[in-house]
Amino acid sequence: MAEKFDAIVVGAGPSGNSAAYVLARAGLAVLQIERGEYPGSKNVQGAILYSHALERIIPDFREDAPLERHIIEQRAWMLDDDSYVGSIYRSNAFNRPPHNRYTIIRAQFDRWFSRKVQEAGALTICETTVTDLHMDGSRVVGVQTDRAGGSVYADVVILADGVNSLLARKAGFHGELQPRDVALAAKEIHFLPESAIENRFNVQGGQGVVIEMAGKITRGMVGTGFLYTNRESITIGIGCLLSDFQESGISPYALLEQMKMHPAIHPLIEGSEMKEYSAHLIPEGGYNAIPAVYGDGWLMVGDASMFVNGIHREGSNLAMTSGQLAAETVIELAKEGRPMTANNLARYRKKLDDSFVIKDLKKYRRMPDILEHNHQFFTDYPEFLNRAAHTMVTVDGVDKKSKEREIRSGLVTRRSRLGLLGDAFKLWRAFE
Amino acid sequence: MIKVEEKLFQNRYRVDAGRPHIQIVVPDVCQLKCKTKPCTYCCPAACYTQEGDGRVTLITDGCLECGTCRIICTDHRNVQWEYPRGGYGILFKFG
Repeated sequence: MAEKFDAIVVGAGPSGNSAAYVLARAGLAVLQIERGEYPGSKNVQGAILYSHALERIIPDFREDAPLERHIIEQRAWMLDDDSYVGSIYRSNAFNRPPHNRYTIIRAQFDRWFSRKVQEAGALTICETTVTDLHMDGSRVVGVQTDRAGGSVYADVVILADGVNSLLARKAGFHGELQPRDVALAAKEIHFLPESAIENRFNVQGGQGVVIEMAGKITRGMVGTGFLYTNRESITIGIGCLLSDFQESGISPYALLEQMKMHPAIHPLIEGSEMKEYSAHLIPEGGYNAIPAVYGDGWLMVGDASMFVNGIHREGSNLAMTSGQLAAETVIELAKEGRPMTANNLARYRKKLDDSFVIKDLKKYRRMPDILEHNHQFFTDYPEFLNRAAHTMVTVDGVDKKSKEREIRSGLVTRRSRLGLLGDAFKLWRAFE
Repeated sequence: MIKVEEKLFQNRYRVDAGRPHIQIVVPDVCQLKCKTKPCTYCCPAACYTQEGDGRVTLITDGCLECGTCRIICTDHRNVQWEYPRGGYGILFKFG
């Protein structure tokens, strides 16, 4: 198998599939290597598909992609032990095609995307783990796989091997991930009849709901929970900073189990059949944790490059766009007859900088640090909001002015006036 | 007490018998030097167990391949972590 390709793509997730598809469609000889039994069998996501990124790559994807429900309603809950306060945005505008976002099941979706990649002309081989990069000096010239005689060579290698990014780490392209730079999420998929989901969530005909949650469910850790409606199933999960798990001594499965028992959540999944339990790291270090994403003979895309917008729960769209931009860089250089040197591949970083990928990450560059050091946003505030709501909603003969006083003094006791001011400033800086 | 085994029972695996993809480098380090043993509570598949004498045993059969143990062993770097051979390990039905 000592063949030479124009490009090798390691991994068949959203970033790898996007890169391989765009490259193959342009007529380049592309080898894509995936370690799973089939593309998707190693991949875990919530999962929400944001249409815009895929539309730019496969405009008519809706014709045959396995999509679960289009999302018409987004709920954000702040939970206390017994209660939640929240906001809901639901709009009939989200029912009008083309739909903005969908729930998907990754094992099915990635398989579909991979079929498109192969139809575009790429050679995709599965059940093959890339164990090392082949170097010529400082230049990547190919990959070593775990197949017998499994060396393959190419002008450029695109690393789409996910959050752990072992290949780039082994090659010394970047350092080890820190526990504060990743969230550990545990998730289950629960099956229910379609009609039960539509009744419980007040939707019909392919409409779906997402619920994002923060507060007591993370037991003081920086993190969020989520619940997404698929066609005949619900995915429910919770993720917190790995450094917080490390300090708290709490196990992710215990946290998930406790979340499922919350009185506001339990009725939504009651009577369902759990069919899979999964866990995954989410790179949430943000802009300041982005490693080098190109070098001599290589480019890095998707989770491996820390391209996740934790605040807006976006990742697969950043992955797809980064894969597309990497591929377009390679195609341009190939057409111009330029070699795949670091200097030339720097064009990829420029394209990223000009796209929403880096623009959004840069906007929230202070967020990871602020959240990590200010746990009150996940403890005191959700609790305060719930107790304030409870005070105002309970009718008990106490006059409303007194109730307002009670709520105000509760807030000041909890955070102090200076603390409140400081928190407001931090949030403004984080979102600025 | 949550039985994570019941959760893992729903999953599909192809175990590479006799070839675990993760190994503890020096068992004594876990037993004698590591005070907190975060792998024993952070691993979402509970692959790491603390024994009565402080030893840590690792059984990778239920591994979800997330990478937590690799990253969390910050003090001692005592985990040798590779992906399973191609086609082996967890096979997500849904993901």
